[in-house]
Amino acid sequence: MSESFVEILTEWDIVEARQLGRNEAKRIGFGAVDQARITTAISELARNIYLYADKGRILIETIDMSGTKGIKIVAQDEGPGIEDIRLVMQDGYSTSQGLGAGLPGVRRLMDEFDIQTTVNEGTIVRIIKWLR
Amino acid sequence: MVLNIPILKLQDCLIVSIQSELDDPTAMQFQTDLLQKLSEVKARGVVIDLSCIEFIDSFIARILGDIIRMTSLMGAKVTITGIQPSIAITLVELGIYLKDVITALDLEGGLTKLQKALGGRKI
Repeated sequence: MSESFVEILTEWDIVEARQLGRNEAKRIGFGAVDQARITTAISELARNIYLYADKGRILIETIDMSGTKGIKIVAQDEGPGIEDIRLVMQDGYSTSQGLGAGLPGVRRLMDEFDIQTTVNEGTIVRIIKWLR
Repeated sequence: MVLNIPILKLQDCLIVSIQSELDDPTAMQFQTDLLQKLSEVKARGVVIDLSCIEFIDSFIARILGDIIRMTSLMGAKVTITGIQPSIAITLVELGIYLKDVITALDLEGGLTKLQKALGGRKI
């Protein structure tokens, strides 16, 4: 299974991460709409890292579960963490006034969504899209 | 590198076809360039064609929304054309809505709708 990652330090790394994601999604066999969903989700997560944590990384992995292929994206940072996770998972919530649609949007775009965060230590978001 | 997006003038309208994926700095530069050009040529309408664009994230959508509002402050109207199914789906799933904008399937439809919105004058 292939695995690659992009360090997120500048705005340009957001572009690199989503291009990598789109190429990987295309290679796995996702259609145009799912490619757009995956690319958009990566873009949102990479932008969150750039805006709130300064730096982090996006890991993109091809996965296979009993013959079903998928793409897994892990966004990891050592930023400030999220104090009230329930609040940020509320629809329409965004601390930067619409800069980034926020995590509920990412969750809707993907099949699986998992977040772990510790204040002052960082945040890890794992998302998966399965190829149907 | 920031890409320069060509802005064409046709009668009293500006026409823009965005041909490549927008990164953040390019989108912000485009916003300034478009408003500058609008003021220079005293255009009344703007058509932005997105038919070559395969994905828009919340940041680019916000810039587009800002452009629509800023253009309206300057007395002109914006039409967005050629939004692909994948973009329509992801934007709605993300929870983003572009408000107060005329949309059309293609450039031709966009120009017709803009013409109507501008009071029926020929473009």
